Amino acid sequence: MLGLTRKDTILFLIVIAMVICAPVLLNPFPSNSALAQFNAGYPDLMQRFLIFGIFAIGFNILFGLTGYLSFGHAAFLGAGSYAGVWMFKLLSMNVLPAILVSILVAGVFSVLIGFVSLRRSGIYFSILTLAFAQMSYALAYSVLTPITNGETGLQLSLNDPRILDGVAAADGSLPVANFFGVEMRDSLDVALGGWSFTFNAGYYLCAVFMILAFYIAIRIFRSPFGMMLRAVKSNQQRMSYTGLNPRPYTLAAFVISGMFAGLAGGLMVAMDPLAGAERMQWTRSGEVVLMTILGGMGTLIGPVLGAGLIKYLENILSKINDNVLHQWFSFMPDGLENVIVTLIHPFVGKGWHLTLGLMFMAVVIFLPGGLVQGGQKIAALLRRKKADPNTVKQPAE
Amino acid sequence: MESIILQILTGLDKGSAYALIALGLTLIFGTLGVVNFAHGALFMIGAFCAVTLHRLLQFSHVVIDETQTDFLGNPRKIEVPYIYDWLGEPLGRAVIDWSVPLAILFAVPVMILIGVIMERGLIKHFYKRSHADQILVTFGLAIVLQEIIKAFYGANPIPMGAPSAFVGSFDFGVLVGFDVNSVIYPYWRLVYFGFSMVIIAAVFAFLQFTTFGMVVRAGMADRETVGLLGINIDKRFTIVFGIAAAVAGLAGVMYTPILSPNYNMGMDFLVLSFVVVVVGGMGSLPGAVLAGFLLGILQSFASMSVVVETIPGINQVVIYLVAMIILLVRPRGLMGRKGVMED
Amino acid sequence: MSKSNFTRRGLMKTGAATGAGLAMPTIFTGAVWSAAHSGFTNAPQGDTVTFGFNVPQTGAYADEGLDELRAFELAVEHLNGQGDGGMLQTFSEKNLDGTGLLGKRVTFVSGDTQTNSDAARASARSMIEKDGAIMISGGSSSGVAIAVQGLCQDAGVIFMAGLTHSNDTTGKDRRANGFRHFFNTEMSGRALAPILEANYGKDRKAYHLTADYTWGWSQEKSMRTYTEALGWETVNTVLTPVGAGDFSSYITPVAQSGADVLVLNHYGGDMVNSLTQAVQFGLRSLQANGKDFTIVVPLYSELMARGAGANIKGIFGSQNWDWKIENVLGDRYTGTNAFVQSFGTKYGFPPSQAAQTCYAQAILYADAVTRAGSFNPCAVAEALEGFEFNGLGNGPTLYRAEDHQCFKDVVVVKGKENPENEFDLVEIVDITPRDTATYPVDHPDFQGGSLGTCNPGA
Repeated sequence: MLGLTRKDTILFLIVIAMVICAPVLLNPFPSNSALAQFNAGYPDLMQRFLIFGIFAIGFNILFGLTGYLSFGHAAFLGAGSYAGVWMFKLLSMNVLPAILVSILVAGVFSVLIGFVSLRRSGIYFSILTLAFAQMSYALAYSVLTPITNGETGLQLSLNDPRILDGVAAADGSLPVANFFGVEMRDSLDVALGGWSFTFNAGYYLCAVFMILAFYIAIRIFRSPFGMMLRAVKSNQQRMSYTGLNPRPYTLAAFVISGMFAGLAGGLMVAMDPLAGAERMQWTRSGEVVLMTILGGMGTLIGPVLGAGLIKYLENILSKINDNVLHQWFSFMPDGLENVIVTLIHPFVGKGWHLTLGLMFMAVVIFLPGGLVQGGQKIAALLRRKKADPNTVKQPAE
Repeated sequence: MESIILQILTGLDKGSAYALIALGLTLIFGTLGVVNFAHGALFMIGAFCAVTLHRLLQFSHVVIDETQTDFLGNPRKIEVPYIYDWLGEPLGRAVIDWSVPLAILFAVPVMILIGVIMERGLIKHFYKRSHADQILVTFGLAIVLQEIIKAFYGANPIPMGAPSAFVGSFDFGVLVGFDVNSVIYPYWRLVYFGFSMVIIAAVFAFLQFTTFGMVVRAGMADRETVGLLGINIDKRFTIVFGIAAAVAGLAGVMYTPILSPNYNMGMDFLVLSFVVVVVGGMGSLPGAVLAGFLLGILQSFASMSVVVETIPGINQVVIYLVAMIILLVRPRGLMGRKGVMED
Repeated sequence: MSKSNFTRRGLMKTGAATGAGLAMPTIFTGAVWSAAHSGFTNAPQGDTVTFGFNVPQTGAYADEGLDELRAFELAVEHLNGQGDGGMLQTFSEKNLDGTGLLGKRVTFVSGDTQTNSDAARASARSMIEKDGAIMISGGSSSGVAIAVQGLCQDAGVIFMAGLTHSNDTTGKDRRANGFRHFFNTEMSGRALAPILEANYGKDRKAYHLTADYTWGWSQEKSMRTYTEALGWETVNTVLTPVGAGDFSSYITPVAQSGADVLVLNHYGGDMVNSLTQAVQFGLRSLQANGKDFTIVVPLYSELMARGAGANIKGIFGSQNWDWKIENVLGDRYTGTNAFVQSFGTKYGFPPSQAAQTCYAQAILYADAVTRAGSFNPCAVAEALEGFEFNGLGNGPTLYRAEDHQCFKDVVVVKGKENPENEFDLVEIVDITPRDTATYPVDHPDFQGGSLGTCNPGA
């Protein structure tokens, strides 16, 4: 189907099904149970899963295939975001032009950075991309404030021109991002017994783009171009000896992944029209590296899983405070309750970074192939077969 | 002229810190082939060794003073450090006053121990893994170390004073014939610069003039051959890691009077010291030191208001800009060798 | 143990669902979080109402964020009738009787802003979308406050800003759904100028080091305006990168610049480091133009003062509130001691000004709800606009209707020479009365934006 092999088609269909059903799958607990704390099926977080999924898929096209480790991809995310908000301010609140321009601006930006950075390889390449991104961040935070609105971040305002939309709403409220009239925050709430599910318009817009991005990634992975990129990774020297210049291939991969990042940035502002300079900071770039490795670098589904896991921890763990803990364990005798709360306390709420750090270490130590490898190990166990040692090196894609 | 001398001086200080961290980083990289993202955290832990010693020395018992009240109106509790009881108050005060330099003695064994535990417990298993895995696992470790420190010491910076003998500044300008007050420089920063020169010299001397150092240098050049010669490289590498940790830790201890330590200070230095290492050339010790001082001084010059007014924002990006230019002109940094970390 | 409520939607839907397992789709044209029948976002269902406390729990301002969270917890306890009631006893309005709000028990959810606009908005959105928060409060930097304020405006909930000092929060970026109790750079400038004149005279040359972002510029501008009005000359202003750590290369030129005052428009870790280093470079022992060289830090905070240690001694700055103010200046500042008593008893140390502003914001919101008789944000906003009150520690205070900014006395402090204990770091020098601190609504530094209209969401 669609030019995919049978195995890829199955994976693709599974991803589509998961994305469509996510509002249900991510709310497994009845909304009035104590475990509802762990529900992730609210629009903001689901949108983030997909947006960072797109970001990580794009990053993986560069890093997973060519092995070039960029520490500067956040710059494209930020550039895309700024471009998106500017389209909202100047042209129209329709998300489509904003997203397209985001991709375009990030693409142009990545051609520039890629052209220079790809003259070097290995850690030298990483440092060059890092340098570009940090410079973009520092300038966006301070000197470029007229364009970026600095620390506060670029926001919509009532006096923006918005040429296509005409005069702002008469009631003095800010206009809302929409897709030909469908507002991004429109939702359909469905109650089913004790459960409640929210189907959000913005989420499904992200879903369309994410599925598209995933499809493009599969096609790239399976194409001759993808083979070339893998060749760059495995042995660049041999490649040049055969008369092939790797530079155009790596640059193409760099720009494609930059455009994915721009798409992610555009979607971020389409869901929530604010672009801050922090989006360009190196820690953001580091985050996408972590997502990719955590999920399983070089695999198709891994980056998406990694992005989901990190965003889930960030949003769910950080909101568990002592009150919540006491509520969970209130059925226990007071003494025991306090002991357990004290034990869990350092890892949640303000300590969620600690859990994150421990988890990185655990995954890298025990599952070098990331979550995808973990999944394969479990699958192998279930099949009561000893895992083929080769699967560790080449997780199914 | 005076302002240029001043900027060179401030640059030397910044450069000393960069150089010390970069030295350890490149030592670890050159010998063990590991990219250690937790190196900034080691610098931070060093700084907190000083804080810890300071707190330990001030470990007190409570005397309730009925004549005074605290902020809630209860009788005031006055804390008397045990060390006053043991050494008498004047000597006790002096010891607490000197806690930063004393922390060197405290930090060296602690940092070596932490380094050895890190290497044996974790890093050792990552020699054969990809650099990306090494970065991820050490980055995870850095977060964990930071969070542990934050749990104990909070997120705010903690003030640490230099010994009162070194508080204040002296007029450097008068010595060389400038006007009074033209080149004023704090004593402690001069101490820091001197201290870092001693440490750098000691590390180089150790590698240059001892048999141990010779083997390590040989290992840096060609690990496999040295291993084939029947020399136990692994044990030596553990010690190298310990030394690198101690160097980063000492840089942190002595830096506390200049920069009040907080749990995040390591991350701030990490990125910069990576840039320093790369600009110097991966795996080159003299390169790391040279690049550290070079970037420190350039950063100081870029902060001068004349420069900033000409090129707005240059002070924020100068390090990265210079790094880019150097890498584009000299593919392997200032003193890097061919083939290191290029794949 | 107080229990939090995460069941809003569940309760709402259980009522709506008919028959076991029957789906009842309800289509809303407004925001996801709107409840169709109530007319506004997150109308409380059942017997509880949820506040969202969005504070930095990681990053450089984590300690301030945690102090804010402590104050919020205390406020919620007091609203629910637990504890000693704190400032509810001294508050000029007596609508809050410890029975919750409009008969509903107050619960809260907390989140981490990471001092980062993106993370702060994500956290606030999850409170609104998932937990059904009716108002959001907190924050420890202006960028975050402005970002979250904009979000709350769009979502149709009330935002009660925490520690945010930039003019823009109630100036260029003001929003109809956002309210600020804390003071701003304009007020700091107005408050400090007379004190600086009294202590340092009219003939001074000032050198500004300014954090290179919105708040820093805003602070520098206010300080320049009011010191230049005194007759001070501004020798130079230099922008420093945020988080620079080592400020030595910015400090060294000061001694030769001919200036005799250094104004540090820095906050947080930057302030601690730049001040410490300025002292190390001997600036305070310098003589310039025949006068003692001095340093001024326009915005003070106890936590920063602790970080700067002995270097802060004798340095002037401004604060929104100080925990000693009632003892020093009498019962105009009533409420202070009651709050310090209940906070100190619960946590063992006195509250910071961040804690006080957050506590006051939570109480003010609750009071406005009772007076309005509704949780509808527009009704609450109307109750807050032009509200004149007393007894929350700051003396008589006005919530100005035109820009949603509180006007009250500003505290001018200086670092204490001989601290009696580890909490006693600043000494109250003087008070700049509310009338002096008040600026006109059409002040040029606050133009370029408008409140817009209140948004109830649905």
